[in-house]
Amino acid sequence: MICVENLSKTFTLHNQGSAVIRVMESASFTVAAGECVALTGNSGAGKSTLMRMIYGNYLAASGRIMVGDVDVASAEPREILDLRRNTLGYVSQFLRVVPRVPTLDVVAEPLRAVGVDQEAAYARARDLLSRLNIPETLWGLSPTTFSGGEQQRVNIARGFAHSYPALLLDEPTASLDATNRETVLSLIEEAKAGGAAIIGIFHDAPARSRVADLEIDVSAFTPKQAA
Amino acid sequence: MTPLLSVQNVAKYYGSRVGCEEVSFDLYPGEVMGIVGESGSGKSTLLNCLAGHLAPDAGKVLFDTRANGMQDTVTMSEPERRMLGRTDWAFVHQNARDGLRMSVSAGGNVGERLMAVGARHYGDIREQAVDWLGRVEIAADRIDDRPRQFSGGMQQRLQIARNLVTGPRLVFMDEPTGGLDVSVQARLLDLLRGLVREMGLSAIIVTHDLAVVRLLADRLMVMKSGQVVETGLTDQVLDDPQHAYTQLLVSSVLQV
Amino acid sequence: MSDQAYNFAYLDEQTKRMIRRAILKGIAIPGYQVPFASREMPMPYGWGTGGVQVSAACLVPEDTMKVIDQGADDTTNAVSIRKFFENTAGVATTEKTREATVIQTRHRIPEEALTEDQILVYQVPIPEPLRFLEPRETETRKMHALEEYGLMHVKLYEDIAQHGNIATAYAYPVRVEGRYVMDPSPIPKFDNPKLEMAAIQLFGAGREQRIYAIPPYSKVVSLDFEDYPFEASKANHPCDLCGAEHTYLDEVIIDDEGGRMFVCSDTDYCGERQANGHRGRLSPEMEAAQ
Repeated sequence: MICVENLSKTFTLHNQGSAVIRVMESASFTVAAGECVALTGNSGAGKSTLMRMIYGNYLAASGRIMVGDVDVASAEPREILDLRRNTLGYVSQFLRVVPRVPTLDVVAEPLRAVGVDQEAAYARARDLLSRLNIPETLWGLSPTTFSGGEQQRVNIARGFAHSYPALLLDEPTASLDATNRETVLSLIEEAKAGGAAIIGIFHDAPARSRVADLEIDVSAFTPKQAA
Repeated sequence: MTPLLSVQNVAKYYGSRVGCEEVSFDLYPGEVMGIVGESGSGKSTLLNCLAGHLAPDAGKVLFDTRANGMQDTVTMSEPERRMLGRTDWAFVHQNARDGLRMSVSAGGNVGERLMAVGARHYGDIREQAVDWLGRVEIAADRIDDRPRQFSGGMQQRLQIARNLVTGPRLVFMDEPTGGLDVSVQARLLDLLRGLVREMGLSAIIVTHDLAVVRLLADRLMVMKSGQVVETGLTDQVLDDPQHAYTQLLVSSVLQV
Repeated sequence: MSDQAYNFAYLDEQTKRMIRRAILKGIAIPGYQVPFASREMPMPYGWGTGGVQVSAACLVPEDTMKVIDQGADDTTNAVSIRKFFENTAGVATTEKTREATVIQTRHRIPEEALTEDQILVYQVPIPEPLRFLEPRETETRKMHALEEYGLMHVKLYEDIAQHGNIATAYAYPVRVEGRYVMDPSPIPKFDNPKLEMAAIQLFGAGREQRIYAIPPYSKVVSLDFEDYPFEASKANHPCDLCGAEHTYLDEVIIDDEGGRMFVCSDTDYCGERQANGHRGRLSPEMEAAQ
């Protein structure tokens, strides 16, 4: 489902002496449907960078990133938007939403975007929010005022609302209590069982060994300190 | 899929000075594109060329008209272009006073475009005006008040209602949140986002506020000295800017 | 004043030709405002300089002229303009609508139907009906050119929104021959249906330098909404002098105790009816009989 081939990434800092920083070289791996791959490596090894490149948030310097039949590295913006809407989900560590939108709508939005009718989308959103123990009294409020942990759970609910065939998870279990951690892990297992190809970053080692089928050490793609 | 708007090599010169130059892009139905750049970068000139307010010196601005498919709006007749301006196009000015009739009631302002395309039933016009005031969160009992009795944020929302009442397909916005308080901006952005999705609108938004484009725009075009220096997905351009100027622009934003 | 002091009808022949060209153009394009080089006249703007120039360009020595102001032949304005043409053109004048060949009017159309042999000349203060909402002349001309008349309905919409009905009672906008929207000058809207008539109607705006026209039998439609149709309203009263139920009435205060009477604004029409024996509530004979 996801196929990364010969991917490399550089940052050119034009305003700081045009420094060129090579952060990744010749990254190649594949993730099949129903498979979960965990990215490992020290902090700064490029786990998040790789994830962002697959999501189209960072521009690849060279190589291919096939998600389904779209090459994210060379696709037009609207193709990537379409991919993100229908195929590729992303649970980041930070919730970024428009102020004032109620939590229920924030979670239902990905479903509304793919044409699910309002009632069905709300039903799914309510189910996820209660599974993640967000008190019902908060559903009508904007998550911008919530605590960090609550925001993280709203973010997860939003990420799992639509059954994306490919899913990127950036520290989904970070800062969660035991109950909610368990819920998130079972959501991941459900998504795998549903055939989703998943790439995740988990600092939580027991969680990683429970859901991941394969671990990839990203430091293998880090350029030797020649630059 | 055919683009809704196809801009090809548009240029506008003010004497020997470049307004904008070599601008090309396609905008597809439902897409929202942001144009950012500092004052004088040519973004407003470009917007006015696209919306038919300025005649470009070169290039084509093709629009997918309902009746005849792709038509060059630069060379089409003025009546046709003005007709587009009050049916399929909408233009939201930075300054609400430029986009409203200040001596006409809120209801009359919203109803004008309806009457311009032939609505002749007072009750229906008023009903639609009430509906649209509601959608932009203006209480129905303000319908007979004049815009000068409204706050800046309300005037801007009224301008949006007045523009969207005929169900346009393409909205041009020139700094729609400029000059408004931050809290009022947030409300307006939320409103615009909802309307854009609900109505499946395509939009081109000119702004110098990167937070505004991050929330509203799918795609971004960065302009400097009349030239397009970078384009791409909004979050990609903002998070991984490639051009020196974009990097400077992004790094210059004050963090809250 | 010697005979040599003035050309016939005051204006020189070149000026009259220029005005006639504007009139012909106006007739060719019904409702379209034709610019013309308005001359200084020996009377102030607002006293009918536009109408006077149009009348002067139309008059021939055989004409019989009638001048009315608010329907009356005996008000200052009417008297002075009638005198003006008696002096400068030497034409016959009359107060009888039927006998006149050229009628210059301010604010009324005579009650009696006009004929193909007559010309009705209106004095116009503001010829541009769109001006109240769009002050830019460049823009209003473009709106006329492109038939963008939505704004005219915005004005009527505002009327209904504020007053519950179309409160515009005079200078009520019309569309001529399905094309140009036109200000019929400040006639009461009661007179609007009469704009479809057998006579030639010419409109002159001296200060604004515009002439426009409605050719005989042109279609003239008063603008309205489907649910607020146009109504040619008048005071709900018969004339207190001649008893007419179908004429436009002036309200006259007759004492300081709230007493009032309603009389035909068309003095010629009212007088003729009285001469034919029609009587109203306050006719002298009726009062005497009581």
